[in-house]
Amino acid sequence: MIEIKDVTKTYSEGTDVAFQALKGVSFSIEDGEFVAIMGPSGSGKSTLMHILGALDTPTSGAYRLDGKDVSTLSDDELADIRKGKIGFVFQSFNLLPRTTVLRNVMLPLVYAEEEEGAREARAKKALLSSGLNESHFSHRSNELSGGQIQRVAIARALVNDPTLILADEPTGNLDSRTGEIVLGTFQKLNEEEGRTIVLITHEHDVAEHAKRIIFIKDGKIESDSRSHTRRKANP
Amino acid sequence: MRAIDLFEETHAALSANKVRTGLTMLGIVIGIASVIAMTAIGAGAQNAIESSIQSIGSNLVIVMPGSQRTQGYQVSFSRGSSQTLTRADAEALASELTLAKAVAPDLTGRYQVTAKGTNTNTSVVGATSVYPSVRNVSMDIGDFISDAQDASIAKVAVLGPTTRDDLFGEGADPTGQIIRIRGIQFTVIGVTKAKGGSGFGSQDDTIYVPLSSASRYLAGGNHVSTISVQAIDARSMTDLQTEVTDDLLARHKISDPTLADFSVLNQADIVATASSVTGTFTMLLAAVAGISLVVGGIGIMNMMLTTVTERTREIGLRKAIGAKKRDINLQFLAEAVVLTFLGGAIGVGLGWAISFALTWFGVLSASVSLSSVLLAFGVSTAIGIAFGYYPARRAADLNPIQALRYE
Repeated sequence: MIEIKDVTKTYSEGTDVAFQALKGVSFSIEDGEFVAIMGPSGSGKSTLMHILGALDTPTSGAYRLDGKDVSTLSDDELADIRKGKIGFVFQSFNLLPRTTVLRNVMLPLVYAEEEEGAREARAKKALLSSGLNESHFSHRSNELSGGQIQRVAIARALVNDPTLILADEPTGNLDSRTGEIVLGTFQKLNEEEGRTIVLITHEHDVAEHAKRIIFIKDGKIESDSRSHTRRKANP
Repeated sequence: MRAIDLFEETHAALSANKVRTGLTMLGIVIGIASVIAMTAIGAGAQNAIESSIQSIGSNLVIVMPGSQRTQGYQVSFSRGSSQTLTRADAEALASELTLAKAVAPDLTGRYQVTAKGTNTNTSVVGATSVYPSVRNVSMDIGDFISDAQDASIAKVAVLGPTTRDDLFGEGADPTGQIIRIRGIQFTVIGVTKAKGGSGFGSQDDTIYVPLSSASRYLAGGNHVSTISVQAIDARSMTDLQTEVTDDLLARHKISDPTLADFSVLNQADIVATASSVTGTFTMLLAAVAGISLVVGGIGIMNMMLTTVTERTREIGLRKAIGAKKRDINLQFLAEAVVLTFLGGAIGVGLGWAISFALTWFGVLSASVSLSSVLLAFGVSTAIGIAFGYYPARRAADLNPIQALRYE
């Protein structure tokens, strides 16, 4: 359960003129939703993503994640929130190079101080959920294709059993066919496992894979509606 | 983050770029190895000098004619040229001193010595029967000069092994042969054991004759060149020195000790002076080696800063999935410390090997001390922490959002 209320974010570092990236944004996301946050570049969607992902705190307003206010936490407390409740999928994958798929997925469990024995089982389960099979586990991350790499990243986001999976332009570096595979993976996770997914994108085609689309422009929500023409991923 | 995970991360990071890791480590290896080798060489030199001082005898107080200019330090003395000490002085000391085990006067000069068809120029020591026990001389062939030979002013001689080699050929038994010192015939009665070269004149290239004979036939007069007094133990040396000084002042009727016509040297003082000289020398060597260690440390810091820049995105990712400042800090600090620690371990091995090789090839008997090994390990680890701290701090302080965007 995510609640955003009157969130603003003002950047004033380095320039005399303060820049307001978010001008009072409010919405809530229930567990099990698949939401796309859409908007052109400069609309404030990245800023919103950072706040949702507990990488940054809002200048004013409240952000409640599972009932806990995370808008006023310290750096280390934010790290704890990210560790336990949020899984990230990035446009540029950000896997550790020269490291096996399995170890990449186990990395969040290292920081969560999970038992050594349980790590591998959880990582394998997450990898299977995101559509990879046993034969890929011992490959190094630079030996895989783009679509496979992004699914490893999804598995890494899943492995901590987070409240929210936050995907920032996950298909941005992929061709349309592999992009469809990745979006299909998100849809499957949402429908079959009830995962809450927030997808940040500037592409309408991509946003339409979600059940609900929040459109942001100039730091404000322009529209918030169910996806009328919902697309089923068709790889 | 657990210790075992930290170790695995460090291992993975360091083995990812083995050439760079190796080269960075090389700086520390060379630094530590040179510190170990240099201190070992210093310690070896110190041992060599001390043992050569000890080889002239143990617990000795040496009385020499001449004046002592500065209290406590022998700045200048005209050894052998003045004739203020006599055999009577030595005999008086032997009977009056309470802390002396033995008193051995000698009269030394350099003379031309000839045997059948050979000749050499060497030092001839007029000695008494106690001389071997006081000055650590032992016999190889025959006997040393006896009291009876001294009393009868016998023309007998004991050769040092080098002198024997020069006059009669290597390893020969010259007993009973005749040598001529300043043209006067002496019969060889023995050869001393080799003691090895020492920095203070070789005792192997010497001829010993009875003190009385040296006085009568070689030097003339009744003076002696040095009186060696052996203390009963190491602790009483300073007291013995005072006793000898007081006794001789009284005998020579000198009331002001600064005007004494002799000087008294304590062997412990010579050892201490020599030790402090070699100690300073060792410090100098270690300091030069220490500079290379610091340069190695800067190499580590340089590599760590490059690594942090290269891995900015990775740091951003680690922070995004829940790593705290402390985790990142520890990770990079551990890399630096493991680098220096491994470098230190290899350096200790290399330094030890260098010392061993020097000893093996007979250049110098270098000795590696445990304390220098521990110090080297401590210093290399400290360098890891000191030079790893700043890069690790930089990594830990990165903003995750900016780090993830870093290209």
